Amino acid sequence: MIPLTTPDPFGIYANPVGHWFVVVVAMLLLAFVLVTATAYVVFFERVALGFMQRRPGPNRVGPRGLLQLAADGVKGLFKEGFAPVGVDRVLFVIAPGIAVASVLLGWAVIPVGIWGDVTYWISDLNVGILLVLAVSSMNVYAIMLGGWASNNKYSLLGGLRAAAQLISYEMAMGLSLVPVFMIVGSLRLQDIVTYTVHWGPYSGPIPLLLLAPVSFLIYLVAAVAETNRAPFDLPEAEQELIGGFLTEYSGFRFFMFYLAEYLGVLTQSTLVALLFFAGWYLPLIPGVIALGLKVVFFLFVFIWLRATFPRLRYDMLMRLGWKVLLPLGLANVVITAVLLVLLT
Amino acid sequence: MSVFTDVSALLVGLKTTLSEAFKPHVTVEYPEQKSVRSQRYRGRHYLRRYDNGLERCIGCELCAAACPVGCILVIAAENTAEHRVSPGERYAKVYEINMLRCIFCGYCEEACPVQAIVLGPEYELSDVSREQFIYTKEKLLEPGPQQTPLHAGRRR
Repeated sequence: MIPLTTPDPFGIYANPVGHWFVVVVAMLLLAFVLVTATAYVVFFERVALGFMQRRPGPNRVGPRGLLQLAADGVKGLFKEGFAPVGVDRVLFVIAPGIAVASVLLGWAVIPVGIWGDVTYWISDLNVGILLVLAVSSMNVYAIMLGGWASNNKYSLLGGLRAAAQLISYEMAMGLSLVPVFMIVGSLRLQDIVTYTVHWGPYSGPIPLLLLAPVSFLIYLVAAVAETNRAPFDLPEAEQELIGGFLTEYSGFRFFMFYLAEYLGVLTQSTLVALLFFAGWYLPLIPGVIALGLKVVFFLFVFIWLRATFPRLRYDMLMRLGWKVLLPLGLANVVITAVLLVLLT
Repeated sequence: MSVFTDVSALLVGLKTTLSEAFKPHVTVEYPEQKSVRSQRYRGRHYLRRYDNGLERCIGCELCAAACPVGCILVIAAENTAEHRVSPGERYAKVYEINMLRCIFCGYCEEACPVQAIVLGPEYELSDVSREQFIYTKEKLLEPGPQQTPLHAGRRR
């Protein structure tokens, strides 16, 4: 979280050692905040799902159940990390680590907000959004390797499904963002968020949702598929595959996969808020809180979708990806390009 | 257009789940709230007394005979003029129910000719050791009117 216009009263930042110290502290702080936030994403999901099923959700541990996830986390840490006979031990152990690392890496370039006139992020990359897309799709390696290493047919099926699903939806996701890049003219996340228009009397930031609504819809569907969430949770598919790639995982490794899944949800919610809803701009509300509100809203959308829709059948999933979202994304790119040329 | 009907179906689903979230919960939060039990609910057993304080049980062992899992032990003894416990000839000197075996079928209640053994409404019978689940006569017997402080020492 290095400030954009660095206020450096003590000269720490100019000093190379001080610079690295600041970066490492910021990274640790961000990782801590993200893991804690993820725990509360899980809590939020359990409560919201509970309300939609007309039950209160977890409300026993701590005030209003807020410490439930701490209790679950401690329980998971002390559970036996069981590995069945015949697993590929190295890959079996590495896979959950890849899952968490790949999602956390994406946060290196995500601007987490603005306080005063200072924007905060770890690294200001001019192709930030590409890095996020590339790194978040590394998650599939974790799922595939974990599924393959488990020596279990259901795990393997889950892993293969994850791979096929990711290929189908990553294309649509990338294509859905192309119009955004064309409109903004930059791949830096900061530029996309701070994109301003000068329309007659109004001059200021605008949510890109208004300029690229089709992109938003495609991106939202692809993001749900990308994070393997219901209704696209085929790699897990409790009813058909007993949990898919998670079948043989237990204890801490299982928790790491879960952490990765919910971190992914948090990442995608933040990206949707940044890309299509003008990130930290909201009238009357300071930047960090505005971004937080938008992220919470999209987290709720993820949960809402899970509470509402049944899982797609595998062929339906493929059909939606290749025959609907991909052509729609291509048409969206072409139409946006034509409109841009005509209007400018 | 089938696309629009499909999408509107999705929106109807979203609206349904959202509106459900604002309806009251159906959960009974157990230790604080308890669901209403039927009047005929069969829970923990009681041994009843007559209004004058005499025990109803006459030690006939019909409950033990009726019990499908054999969890009732009755050892009867004769009533005497000086030591009268029940109005009949005999009374239950030992009356024990093994609550770990009991299936709460209520056959003992039906078999009893004097309505001495009844199944009450209590169902929270957990305990910390197996021995605690052998319900002795002292635990089962409902307190009598004589067990005032004045007489309490004399009865046992």
